[in-house]
Amino acid sequence: MMQAKWLDIGPVTQIEPGMAATLPVIGGEEIAVFHTMRGEFYALVNKCPHKQGPLSQGIVHGDSVTCPLHNWKISLRSGQALGDDVGCVPTIPVKVDAGRIYLLREAVVPPPPAQQARAA
Amino acid sequence: MNAPTNFDKANPILGTLREKLVVIGNGMAGCRAVEEILARDPDRYSITIFGAEPRVNYNRIMLSPVLAGEKSFDEIVLNTAEWYADNGIELVAGDPVDHIDRERSVVVARSGRVEPYDKLLIATGSEPFVIPVPGRDLPGVVTFRDLDDVEKMLAAADGGGNAVVIGGGLLGLEAAHGLSLRGMSATVVHLMPTLMERQLDEAAGWLLKTELERRGQTILTGADTEEILERDGHVCGVRLRDGREIPADIVVMAVGIRPSTRLAKTAGLECERGILVDDHMVTSDPAILAVGECVEHRGQCYGLVAPLWEMCRALADHLTGQPSGYTGSVTSTKLKVSGIDVFSAGDFIGGDDHEDIVMRDAARGVYKRVILKDNRIVGAVLYGDTADGSWYFDLLKKQEDVSGIRDGLIFGQAFAMGEGAFADPNAAVAALSDDAEICGCNGVSKGKVVATIEAGAHSLDAVRSQCKASASCGSCTHLVESLLALTLGDGVEVGAKTLCKCTSFTHDDVRRLILDKELKAIPQVMQELHWTTPDGCASCRPALNYYLLCAWPGEYEDDQKSRFVNERLHANIQKDGTYSVVPRMWGGITNPAELRAIADVVEKYNAPMVKVTGGQRIDIFGIRKEDLPAVWADLNAAGMVSGHAYGKALRTVKTCVGSEWCRFGTQDSTGLGVKIERMTWGSWMPHKFKIAVSGCPRNCAEATIKDFGVVCVDSGYELHVGGNGGMKVRATDPLCKVATEEEALEHCAAFIQLYREDAHYLERTAPWIERKGIEWVRAQLFDDPQAVKRLAARFRYSQKFMQDDPWARRAAGERRDLHSHLATVRPATEYA
Repeated sequence: MMQAKWLDIGPVTQIEPGMAATLPVIGGEEIAVFHTMRGEFYALVNKCPHKQGPLSQGIVHGDSVTCPLHNWKISLRSGQALGDDVGCVPTIPVKVDAGRIYLLREAVVPPPPAQQARAA
Repeated sequence: MNAPTNFDKANPILGTLREKLVVIGNGMAGCRAVEEILARDPDRYSITIFGAEPRVNYNRIMLSPVLAGEKSFDEIVLNTAEWYADNGIELVAGDPVDHIDRERSVVVARSGRVEPYDKLLIATGSEPFVIPVPGRDLPGVVTFRDLDDVEKMLAAADGGGNAVVIGGGLLGLEAAHGLSLRGMSATVVHLMPTLMERQLDEAAGWLLKTELERRGQTILTGADTEEILERDGHVCGVRLRDGREIPADIVVMAVGIRPSTRLAKTAGLECERGILVDDHMVTSDPAILAVGECVEHRGQCYGLVAPLWEMCRALADHLTGQPSGYTGSVTSTKLKVSGIDVFSAGDFIGGDDHEDIVMRDAARGVYKRVILKDNRIVGAVLYGDTADGSWYFDLLKKQEDVSGIRDGLIFGQAFAMGEGAFADPNAAVAALSDDAEICGCNGVSKGKVVATIEAGAHSLDAVRSQCKASASCGSCTHLVESLLALTLGDGVEVGAKTLCKCTSFTHDDVRRLILDKELKAIPQVMQELHWTTPDGCASCRPALNYYLLCAWPGEYEDDQKSRFVNERLHANIQKDGTYSVVPRMWGGITNPAELRAIADVVEKYNAPMVKVTGGQRIDIFGIRKEDLPAVWADLNAAGMVSGHAYGKALRTVKTCVGSEWCRFGTQDSTGLGVKIERMTWGSWMPHKFKIAVSGCPRNCAEATIKDFGVVCVDSGYELHVGGNGGMKVRATDPLCKVATEEEALEHCAAFIQLYREDAHYLERTAPWIERKGIEWVRAQLFDDPQAVKRLAARFRYSQKFMQDDPWARRAAGERRDLHSHLATVRPATEYA
């Protein structure tokens, strides 16, 4: 079956600016989708590179989020830890079209286990 | 067919052998493309233009001034009927193309007319996006795209009445402005919290909103339209999702545009958001080109006019055999509302490796922000003073290195590029005369500031307290800093710690100015106090939220996005991302019904641990955020409310059993503890706040390491303050002794309010009292015999708005978005 390149995850209105929402992925990493105060959308794996804190629950400011566990500041653009901290969390490409949020499917859905087994 | 151009030119009689170019779209893009082609090679193509509107080409971006009555239609016509005739162009106006037949290389119009082509240019532009709400098709609901729309709006405005504009972007605001000038009462309904959020950051959006409101428009942000209402077959109003209804005689939908791709899609051309084109504006069919708002080039769709000119140049170069290529556009925007200056260009979002230079001038209502990357301008947002917009945009487009003029950049071209001395801000200040005014708020001259510095004020703070320069609105802070540097060189002392890196003000300054200037919203504080970042940081946002909440009880609306997660989810986040839940047990007393409800929750949600806390409560661990509302509903049902174990708030009142049971007890310590907890629960504080009541000096409730402690004695109640049993153990200072429970309660309320109104955010009572001195605290409470009563009254007033169980509201469904997932992705292979 042919699948679209982008995965529609619903209307932009479901995330208030300055907030984030979570998207669990069965067999993959939970994703945090951020809506910044300036109206941009970003998506990261929902795990701080420091101690795996849920970034979705942090305070969003500018284009970064501060992890709720130990205040690491993470760039929403690059997933890189900012300041003196070192670490990086994977980002998922996002686009917004006609009021809906789309994530790049291949970055969200892990390859099927069968294929992984064959590849191995 | 491929007739060679030179042959064509040499033989005018063979003109019919010219290549046939058909243009779909008689708008700005279509006509501009034709003009560019004619300018390069007037004889190469025989041209036919199809237009859906029954008129010649006009300047669509000038429709707003037509609506506002500042221009007439004739003034915005771009190409007259003569132009089409003079250039031998056939215009088919009012007969839109129905479909493209690529196999036969023809277009078919609605009338049935068939037009063959060698090259086809699609310039269908964009169409207004209509939100799919009930009532969208009612008479009186219009979009804002063409002259017909403007005529409908003008007809409606003739009768006065109410206009609702859905959409607070560029177009929506221009429509509202026009309708309001035409005598309608205009309301803008905008989904996002900031106007023009695609062009402006929050700070500039807030200024714009304030100005439009001052002009009499109603601006509703964060407003989601649910339905357009009907009466007698015509629109009569708009209902929002929160239930509000706004009357309307006309509703203008201006929520955005999307590329018009229907013809291209039906013809099988590759499309994403727009029609996909390469750098020469060629679609997936080499004979078909596309240009303007209908295309998607390198992943970008444009809704502004400037990119269109650049696309048309590349297209014409390609069609006349001198391919150049289009590489994308950097865009700038100006709002066409007379008297309001707003400018935005490039990337204003910023990023890791970007630097922000922000200048705010509250007195003039000016906000300027320039975004740099590698010493080059990548974006700019200007409000109130846009004179330098074109200069910044020019530097941006040229990618010029601005490191040489960086210090003066934000002050504009005249300053930064000025003669010699003025490129250095310090030198500019040095050049001022002694009687030049530095601080307008307090009327302080340069001579006075310098004299104050020379008399020993060696820090910004010292200058502010001794001569008041920059102590009010702070907009002259940089001037005072320059004077300090000029007068003292390296001898400038770094003053008190500022609230955070976003501001030069201290916590005390910010708290004082919030009251003095009656600041009542976070963006307003940031603008009036010249924040150097657009929307603050994780340090100042929660602090400002608390300061505003404390200053304006019942008035200020709590900002959830400025709250730390625990206070947003009303539970304590744990290292694995689950939460712990602590129900309130008044004075540490519980009963079988509460214990059963807790036991049931533990079993029902399989909580891995239950623990008795140091504050005499029960803590249930391992609850997931999505289960929290259900857990709270169960606990509420047994009569328990939030224990606020997660907040910078009143935590617990710990008690011993006192005279009711204990053979040493002197007073009813549990009874008083319960009364104190009933009075104080739910109050937000600068930091967490713990209370204890011991029934005798044996002090089993450990009252002398609490923020507020009561030790009962035979003759009354000893009150203690400023204790801490945490990181740095501190025993309380004795405050006073009172005779009755009522006095104990009154003093408790007064002390808490003094702490709430004075301490810095995240400062416990222990360091606060060490900083201020217990004598200062006593003086505040006891020098004026009415002080305790007044402070306690303010606390009780504030509590009227605070003692509302947040768990009950969430259990009832409030803010479900904070607790639920967007969805769950289940890859198809799961089911295979």
